[in-house]
Amino acid sequence: MSGSTRYVLRGVAPLGGDPVDLLLADGVIAAAGRGDIQAALDRDAAAGSPVVEVDGAGLVALPGLVDLHTHLREPGREDAETVGSGTRAAALGGFTAVHAMANTSPVADTAGVVEQVWRLGRDAGWVDVHPVGAVSIGLDGEHLAELGAMAASAARVRVFSDDGRCVHDPVLMRRALEYVKAFDGVVAQHAQEPRLTVGAQMHEGVVSAELGLTGWPAVAEEAIIARDVLLAEHVGSRLHVCHLSTAGSVELIRWAKSRGIDVTAEVTPHHLLLTDELARDYDPVYKVNPPLRTQADVDAVRDGLADGTIDIVATDHAPHTREDKDCEWAAAAMGMTGLETALSVVQETMVETGRMTWADVARVLSEAPARIGRVTDHGRPLTVGEPANLTLVDPAARTTVVPERQGTASVNSPFRGRELPGRVVATFLRGRATVLDGHAVPAPSATAPASGEVR
Amino acid sequence: MRHLLSTGDLDRDAAVLILDTAAQMAATQSREIKKLPTLRGRTVVNLFFEDSTRTRISFETAAKRLSADVINFSAKGSSVSKGESLKDTALTLQAMGADAVVIRHQASGAPHVLARSGWVDGAVVNAGDGTHQHPTQALLDAYTIRRHLVGGAGASDPAGRDLDGLHVAIVGDVLHSRVARSNVQLLTTLGARVTLVAPPTLVPVGVQQWPCDVSYHLDPVLADGAPDAVMMLRVQRERMGAGTSAGGFFPTPLEYTRNYGLDQRRLDLLPDHAVVMHPGPMNRGLEISADAADSPRAVIVEQVANGVAVRMAVLYLLLAGETHEERTGIA
Amino acid sequence: MTSGPAVPTTVLGAPEIGRALTRIAHELLERNKGAHDLVLLGIPTRGLPLAERLARRLAAVEPGLDPLALVGVLDVTMYRDDLSRHPTRPIGTTRLPAGGIDGKVVVLVDDVLYSGRTIRAALDAINDLGRPRAVQLAALVDRGHRELPIRADYVGKNLPTSQAERVRVLLDETDGRDAVLIEATR
Repeated sequence: MSGSTRYVLRGVAPLGGDPVDLLLADGVIAAAGRGDIQAALDRDAAAGSPVVEVDGAGLVALPGLVDLHTHLREPGREDAETVGSGTRAAALGGFTAVHAMANTSPVADTAGVVEQVWRLGRDAGWVDVHPVGAVSIGLDGEHLAELGAMAASAARVRVFSDDGRCVHDPVLMRRALEYVKAFDGVVAQHAQEPRLTVGAQMHEGVVSAELGLTGWPAVAEEAIIARDVLLAEHVGSRLHVCHLSTAGSVELIRWAKSRGIDVTAEVTPHHLLLTDELARDYDPVYKVNPPLRTQADVDAVRDGLADGTIDIVATDHAPHTREDKDCEWAAAAMGMTGLETALSVVQETMVETGRMTWADVARVLSEAPARIGRVTDHGRPLTVGEPANLTLVDPAARTTVVPERQGTASVNSPFRGRELPGRVVATFLRGRATVLDGHAVPAPSATAPASGEVR
Repeated sequence: MRHLLSTGDLDRDAAVLILDTAAQMAATQSREIKKLPTLRGRTVVNLFFEDSTRTRISFETAAKRLSADVINFSAKGSSVSKGESLKDTALTLQAMGADAVVIRHQASGAPHVLARSGWVDGAVVNAGDGTHQHPTQALLDAYTIRRHLVGGAGASDPAGRDLDGLHVAIVGDVLHSRVARSNVQLLTTLGARVTLVAPPTLVPVGVQQWPCDVSYHLDPVLADGAPDAVMMLRVQRERMGAGTSAGGFFPTPLEYTRNYGLDQRRLDLLPDHAVVMHPGPMNRGLEISADAADSPRAVIVEQVANGVAVRMAVLYLLLAGETHEERTGIA
Repeated sequence: MTSGPAVPTTVLGAPEIGRALTRIAHELLERNKGAHDLVLLGIPTRGLPLAERLARRLAAVEPGLDPLALVGVLDVTMYRDDLSRHPTRPIGTTRLPAGGIDGKVVVLVDDVLYSGRTIRAALDAINDLGRPRAVQLAALVDRGHRELPIRADYVGKNLPTSQAERVRVLLDETDGRDAVLIEATR
């Protein structure tokens, strides 16, 4: 392992706590504290690998963020995003691992496709890419995909989802929930009753009534969640609810957890901050699925995240080409980018409102998503011997979002022009700096497997 | 006024100004020579992504009566499947030097996108967008109501006056109706009281925020509400009956007619002065019977004539003054 | 920026305005050999009360004449050639006497004759409304600076002005008093 750059992080605050020095070497947190670090450096001086000091004063150190819900678009829509550009965006956002959703073209419903995505991620070297496998073949909602083969593949898939579509057939959902028990998998449900959402364009309510856009009622989400938690209870399996967006959904999850049902839930940054009022200009950058809801829903998901009902924040990063957004609302694609703004939005909505600590942030953006996705080497404590997957954040910085300057290949950020707190200064993936001084640092040899990665 | 996108953008004074201007325009239309030189040299593009011969002809007539050059651009079929086409079409029109784009589109908000995008410099006039707005229809409805019911039905000049104290019932498919949305906003801005009457399936969730009453029963609204005007909305065939993709909104056309159709019996419930309106085209025998449509109270044909005057007024107010560049120095 | 509020100079008072209108009324009768077939079209805003005053003076001289039957109002907004140079103007009412203007002698009545462009627009408007036997022009004030080959047949007062000055006509009906003022503009 010697020869690769070692990093000394001076005076960083792990989880916002007391400042400490950390030495990153050989892919792990090798030492902590000024004395131990000096001893370690002296011991290895002969090895001759370069040492880079990072001034961490005022920076919060978090375990590298883990996104359970990312659309990297490759294969198929490389015009919107590639694994390379999407994972670079992820690193810039403080992530060290992402779960790549299955609705690519071809769909990630075979071991071949998930291994391809996994390899593309490994070769790009920005973050660890964990492909999500499709529940049904071609996302058709009818026939189970070869979940076992994907689980057994090199990509070691543990999260299965037809995201973008709902596994609406209760029998198929039941079978999937049962089947993934064999390899400790989880079904991540996109909860959307399809018949209640035919042609749906935005949240059904006061604003949709006025704008004349077909409504996407909250009940279409809640009905599926209610059904699925009962199914999960019945078959004794693990359910994850994607991008939960309504106050009613929070209530359902709270109830399900109180019954001991093994369910986890995620909320997106945009559902923590934005409301359906933004649709009034018919700017399709605000068109997303599930749609932006009301302020009451925003308040409820914040409450749910703060009290642990909602386990994680996941981005649902959904890049789209300009032509897919530069049009009438009804013709526009659903989705918004989010990897590079997620942490800032969480800081703005949860930390600066006093509802969460940085330790809570680490929980909802790293530890819990890693646990749900069964990713063992991320979301770990920032202690000696742990994998050096971490990110440094300057919480005092404020930046205005300019999508064209982001790492993602698409510009459909709903936060354009908005000033958000917090800035990712550095990100380390197994000790390698993927981001330094806020800039992406390509891997020395982007095609070579990063050391220690191969399982 | 830079664009006309929604009646929600009009305050009382702006709405009354349009009605007053329309009255002056209407006065010119009874002359032998109907053409005015007012908009000579201005170009009005009728950009229709959705068939509507009536509305297109009305706008075309209005523009021609004001001596504007008219380009009809029927973009049907090339539209919503790929959004790029709206942009490209708009850029094409911009290159042609359109001073105003009158747009009809099946997607709610398409005129807003056009106005906001910067693709065209000209004024954007919403000629009906999806299930959102149809502001000139509401203006011509308000104009018709004012002509008949304000100032003693022509006894005195209604210029400058609004619709204060009048009661208008709007009956039918409110959920999918841009006419209803536009009228609720405009008529209440002008001081009228509006009651929407529809089966519950055709009332939008969220309607409680609208400045109007909602009833599921037509007879009591006509008998007890004593509306001064009854506006019947067109029922789209595709909304009827079970088995349609979005589900039937009512069991059968027969049941709809029984509960919400305007016929002679219901006509007799109305006050003597009340007028019957319909934006057209009518489904005779469904939402309105021939008796009602052809009764002396029906002002349906007059609505069409008033449409030209109202659209002349809108084009005048948008185009006759300083050009946008002269006003602001920016596009 | 102005160097302080301009003090307007009164060039005509109420008695002078009254005498000027009386004189114009007599000239009208003389030139047209009576009021028969005359139509007075006032150009808004102040041309209309002036036309009404002229009509009353005609009726005072010619017995049996209904002054109101002579008077109409001609709004020329939609015929102007300078619409795009100003904020949108509201459109005024045009109303012709019951007998129309075909075959009549139409006298356009305006308060101030300046560039002549308003009268040009009025002539176009008349053209769309009918075919008078003749069109004449009466103006309370002619301040010069014509931009078109137009002249007045009846003038209350020729008022040499500079283009930097502004001429304001006040009438009792619209302004509460009668006066013609000149004020300097920036």
